[in-house]
Amino acid sequence: MPDRANKVEITCTVNGETHSFKAYPMARLLDVLRQELRLTGTKEGCGEGECGACSVWIDGEIANSCLVPVLQVAGSEIKTIEGIATGEQLHAVQEAFISCGGAQCGICTPGMVMAAVNLLERTPRPSETEIRMGLAGNLCRCTGYMKIFEAVVRACQATGVKV
Amino acid sequence: MKKHLIGRPVPRKEGRAKVTGQARYVDDLVFPGILYGATVRSRVARGRIKGISFGEGIPWHEFTIVTAKDIPGENYVALIAHDQPYLADGVVNHSEEPVVLLAHPEKYLLEEARRAVQLEIEPLRPTFTIEDSLSKKEIIWGEDNVFKSYSVEKGNVDEVWARADFIVEGEYRTGAQEQLYIETNGMIAVAIPEKGVTVWGSMQCPYYVHKALMALFGLPADKVRVIQSETGGGFGGKEEYPSMIAGHAALLAWKSGKPVKIIYDRAEDMAATTKRHPSRTRHRTAVSKDGKLLGMEIDFVIDGGAYTTLSPVVLSRGTIHAPGPYSCPNVRIRSRAVATNAPPHGAFRGFGAPQSIFALERHLNRVARAIGLTPEEFRQRNFIQPGQTTATGQVIRENVNMNHLLERALALSDYHAKTARFARENSGQRRKKGMGFASFMHGAGFTGSGEQYLASVVELEATPQGRVRVLAASTEIGQGTNTIFSQIAADALGLDYDSIEILKPDTASVPNSGPTVASRTCMVVGKLVEAAALGLKQTLVGSGFLQEGYTPAGFERACKRYIESHGPLKSSSQYQPPPGIHWDDATYYGDAYGTYAWAVYVAEVTVDTVTFETEVNDFVAVQEVGKVIHPVLAAGQIEGGVAQAIGYALYENVVWNEGRMLNSQMTNYIMPTAVDVPPIRVFFEELPYSYGPAGAKGLGELPMDGAAPAIVNAIENATGVSIHHIPVMPESLMEALAVTEKAVERA
Repeated sequence: MPDRANKVEITCTVNGETHSFKAYPMARLLDVLRQELRLTGTKEGCGEGECGACSVWIDGEIANSCLVPVLQVAGSEIKTIEGIATGEQLHAVQEAFISCGGAQCGICTPGMVMAAVNLLERTPRPSETEIRMGLAGNLCRCTGYMKIFEAVVRACQATGVKV
Repeated sequence: MKKHLIGRPVPRKEGRAKVTGQARYVDDLVFPGILYGATVRSRVARGRIKGISFGEGIPWHEFTIVTAKDIPGENYVALIAHDQPYLADGVVNHSEEPVVLLAHPEKYLLEEARRAVQLEIEPLRPTFTIEDSLSKKEIIWGEDNVFKSYSVEKGNVDEVWARADFIVEGEYRTGAQEQLYIETNGMIAVAIPEKGVTVWGSMQCPYYVHKALMALFGLPADKVRVIQSETGGGFGGKEEYPSMIAGHAALLAWKSGKPVKIIYDRAEDMAATTKRHPSRTRHRTAVSKDGKLLGMEIDFVIDGGAYTTLSPVVLSRGTIHAPGPYSCPNVRIRSRAVATNAPPHGAFRGFGAPQSIFALERHLNRVARAIGLTPEEFRQRNFIQPGQTTATGQVIRENVNMNHLLERALALSDYHAKTARFARENSGQRRKKGMGFASFMHGAGFTGSGEQYLASVVELEATPQGRVRVLAASTEIGQGTNTIFSQIAADALGLDYDSIEILKPDTASVPNSGPTVASRTCMVVGKLVEAAALGLKQTLVGSGFLQEGYTPAGFERACKRYIESHGPLKSSSQYQPPPGIHWDDATYYGDAYGTYAWAVYVAEVTVDTVTFETEVNDFVAVQEVGKVIHPVLAAGQIEGGVAQAIGYALYENVVWNEGRMLNSQMTNYIMPTAVDVPPIRVFFEELPYSYGPAGAKGLGELPMDGAAPAIVNAIENATGVSIHHIPVMPESLMEALAVTEKAVERA
């Protein structure tokens, strides 16, 4: 059993806000986000870095938060699904997931959206192969992925119009 | 009056909550003072419990500990039979059988404590295979290890063998498959002896859980409350198992007086909860030289695991689908669900049909080859036609045209040209390409008299603001219940999509519209939504507050005035069988389903003859499903089902050792990823079904049935190797290809 005395003070930025909290250094970032910060949009699907339901960004890089000890994010900027929309305004990827049917049961959706937005930030005009590779770390059991691919393409078109 | 939501891709009702992470699943719910629960399991496949000891170094006084003797009511999970205990009492019958429950506020300590409980179990000889179970060497269940058997007879199959030009025999096997919903099973329970039991959790069937908890605690219906939280996928895996985990959480809550949450981790969920039944099917088929089916004898056996659970009904659906969408004058089907000392197998999309259809669609390719016809020519000569009868004597009343579906699917996949080209180009290539297809059907709704027994009810209630609430126990599990019910109710009432609200399934406030299974939610329950909506309108029109041709504002005024003068404005509708439907449970004869969805699926594959990997390069799914209520959701069901079936065919291999799943992790149980799936091209044909809402049929399970045989037929087309089992792992393909090469060398 972890000794409570071993908790350490950790400061990091989550969705633009600075948070300081006490946590065991090896506590999973996933648990800290969900339990300490009550950001339950990040989901646990497997606990071993296979399914991607717990995907968040750490300093702009997509990561499985179930595999990240919280000590590792001290001083980092973290983004979760709760930080993707701007107020009431959904991100183009979120809009496209709704209109294309990219979300069914919804449990993989937060992680999938995090991966898709991250992909588009790095590769604004991804090829089909790039879309598939960009989402390969996120498992979906409902959709067969077709509508998720469509959503990414539609989000590119939507953002393309703005540019 | 507006009326066109049906057929349009309106936004998913709860879509915004899901894409923003605001949707609340059971593990997202917070209760003050909550305890976490854990399950200590047998680890011995069959044996007698001699003792339970609690190891040193754990502050056991801080724990709530529950064993079978703490159960206030009946120690069985109420479903079909009452053979499965909530907690083993004296004996264990599979290695994941729950024996002791623990609860503690601290998760880390709970896990250490779980490992510190020692069970002393004297092993008994277990049974792990269908063959051993059938041999009755060891009787592990009832008198003969058989949970259920069925016998279907049409014509006289005994007299066809002598006059048949060809007789083709074969044996086919399918493996277990994990549902692998991405949200694991989980429940929260609050239980206070004088007040009753309430559970929140991930589930498909609130009233199944309700019934099970009433028996477990000996409580009346109004003292048990079951509330569905947002559910992260089910696929059948949350049909019966939630009754178990809900009972466990509630027993711990009952004893501790505190809320208890049990969330399985992935390994526990995969190993301990139900999976698709493994199967063995034997075919003996008589054919005339002009390619007509004369007789089919089918022996279908499924491995039910240690307890009955849903095996009798899984077996029933598998049995009825075993002869496929073909006309054959003489059919005998004998089927059995047998016991083994594996964790009970259970519901999984398709429910027995994917197993028996895999066997049939592989077998018919071999039959076609034996008589010198192409797979498509043979099927074209035998497809069932309107007016002909199925094996159970059901007359096909709809305008089924399987031949048209086949031609369309073959054209869309460029089947003929590609088959010819691959035959020319494969020779000498390391990577060999092939085409394969399967033709099949899937009955919608409960089998036989099942829907009459369920007698489902839906209610609608209008508010003074003109909003209409749908009250049903049918759960949204990703397939779109909330959305299609809203479309159906809105169109029936001439209202906007947003004026319909779907109440969350909660047994304290919704009627029992039956379980969310069997491709019945749209067709059966959707029809009840439509009927209740029309009833609501009739009430308003009959009261004089509403005139035909009304606007939404007029509807709102009418609701307000009605409620002011008469009180609550409600309408309910109960299932009535369509006219002319007859089924006899005793003889297993009659209309097995109100209707069927019909389909032909085509797969294009590449087989690497060095690594023995198979990839699916293209997939065409053509199906007739009645009116499509929501084109995006419907296509999403087909695409998702096909992807699961690709996994069933090629990747998803449950590795067993002494009745335990060895690979209960996503790392070593492999499901299709974004880079594994081919383009899945979905095409609907819509022949409205008179007794579905706006003409809709059920379609959720259909895509699970046809993809695996289409893929394995394509592997045969690519390599010349006839594979009789799934999953086709590279190892088994390597073995099969080696055998074929040796045979070629000898020849």
